[in-house]
Amino acid sequence: MNSRLITLAVSMTVAATLTAQTFGADSNYIAPRNEWGQPDLRGVWNFSTNTPLERPAKYADQEYLTADQVAMIREEALAEIARSDGNSDQGGVGGYNQFWIEGVPIEENTRTSLLIDPPNGRMPKRVAGAPVAFGGLGPDIQGELPVRFTVGGIGKDHPEQRGLSERCLMGFNSVPPFMPSMYNNNVQLFQNKDHVVIFNEMIHEARIVPIDGRSRLPADVEQWTGDSRGHWEGDTLVVETTNFTGKTQSFRGTGVSSDMHLIERFTRVSDDQVNYTFTVNDLKAFEAPFTVEVPMHKMEEELYEYACHEGNYGMVNILRGQRIEDGTYIDASGN
Amino acid sequence: MKAILKNVVMAAGLACSMVALPAFAQGDIPRTPDGKPDFNGIWQALGTAHLDLETHAARPGPVVEMGALAAFPGGMGVVEGGKIPYKPEALQQKLENQENWLQRDPLVACKLPGVPRANYIPYPFQIFQAPDTTLISYQFAGADRIVYMDKPDFESQVDSWMGHNIGRWEGDTLVITVTGQMPDTWFDQSGNWHSWKMSVEERYTLMGPNHIQYEATITDPDVFEEPWTISMPLYRRIEPNAMMLEFKCVEFVEELLYGQYRKPSVE
Repeated sequence: MNSRLITLAVSMTVAATLTAQTFGADSNYIAPRNEWGQPDLRGVWNFSTNTPLERPAKYADQEYLTADQVAMIREEALAEIARSDGNSDQGGVGGYNQFWIEGVPIEENTRTSLLIDPPNGRMPKRVAGAPVAFGGLGPDIQGELPVRFTVGGIGKDHPEQRGLSERCLMGFNSVPPFMPSMYNNNVQLFQNKDHVVIFNEMIHEARIVPIDGRSRLPADVEQWTGDSRGHWEGDTLVVETTNFTGKTQSFRGTGVSSDMHLIERFTRVSDDQVNYTFTVNDLKAFEAPFTVEVPMHKMEEELYEYACHEGNYGMVNILRGQRIEDGTYIDASGN
Repeated sequence: MKAILKNVVMAAGLACSMVALPAFAQGDIPRTPDGKPDFNGIWQALGTAHLDLETHAARPGPVVEMGALAAFPGGMGVVEGGKIPYKPEALQQKLENQENWLQRDPLVACKLPGVPRANYIPYPFQIFQAPDTTLISYQFAGADRIVYMDKPDFESQVDSWMGHNIGRWEGDTLVITVTGQMPDTWFDQSGNWHSWKMSVEERYTLMGPNHIQYEATITDPDVFEEPWTISMPLYRRIEPNAMMLEFKCVEFVEELLYGQYRKPSVE
């Protein structure tokens, strides 16, 4: 424990000196090469985090936590787990217990926020009038079609009133850009000579990224996961994505993804870590572009098949249950 | 100059003699830097195996409005020996499936197609090959198979729609053993089916830069009298701008699957 803290403190000093460097990374690290001579990003990576997207106000301009703060956060987290786990007194049966919830030790990322730009670690302002809708596990919210958020819904009249994850169209943590969520934060990267595949386990979302310089799709050909093209900048894989549909959000409950230009960067900073950095440009939703950095940690495990639609009994039960409550249910025999 | 001419003549001679060969000579296929046959690329089957694995006559389609476009053209089968060796009671099940094809075919409902069906439905798939872990990604329903080349003893942990895929090389043939598949997938649009006990051994052999000879041997003691094999070529999509675009078909079957639970409109 002591030696770990000391290491942390030493690294912190290094980080403070090398502000441009990612915390914890060895700046002399050179990624291994694949058989095509490219930096090898392949493998299963976990992008869980315990770091908030935005920097809490109490940290002001502080970019990294101190060792004392790390220790305190860890104690608080352990106490909270001990308090809440096994306690079903939450009203109703609850959704998930601690077994489901993924995280990483806070010392794996001592940044005070995942947002690294703007430098204050806070989201830029929303543009006035931009569409905003958050779903959630609670009651349905007031809202309009199309439902662009992932979890929850705006009603139970028909499937289009449910969130995109409930319809098995987009995972709640696999929509580009992908953000850490409660569980299933696994991505496997594949490479060959002229392609990279970003394969999110959630809803088996394999996004194929050509890196051979081919031209983009026509602007009017839209896809749920957009049209991605990649290239290497030094040892960093840069993926630019446009041609999103109007059926998802840009980011964090806001905007329409067809207005978004997304740039993602993948950099292997150690044998066990790839940094995933993305910049969202949607000036109809946010007053300025912003950049988020999520460290991803190597997993020596395999992805499982996430057959969402195949097992979507939930959708039938949500709609059928509501029809029975309404007194409008018609069963197979016409009653 | 002379030397170059000589080489050209020699190459021409080689090419001529190759025409007579039944199979392609070693070295005539693309290879990865580690010397393995290179299956990277977009592939697609041609033919009518997706309609019926066995040789079949033309028959009407189930949707009046779709007319000729939904009808089945006649086609040659891909089953070695001609017929699938069903056990008698299993054959009854197939015939019943066929009778109720549109209501029962999991692909109508945008379910993951399983193996081997995913390889010969009329949609492309793309292979991303690596020495340890190869990905086969399919356009239909965004189905995927992760093929482990370096884990011969890794057993299926839980059943899945696209199976548990363990690969190995037999010379220049890529062999993939597929186990742990859900019993819910079919082989074609004619009700051919299997149980959860099915195992599939697939063999992929490059016949040149743009063709794969594909074979799959199906073993399922609950349904078939003996193992049986299908074989067909897979063709590379050679157009320079070939790309697999998205086909999230869930969106297009919601009315079919959930329409009966839609709130009735007020008249």
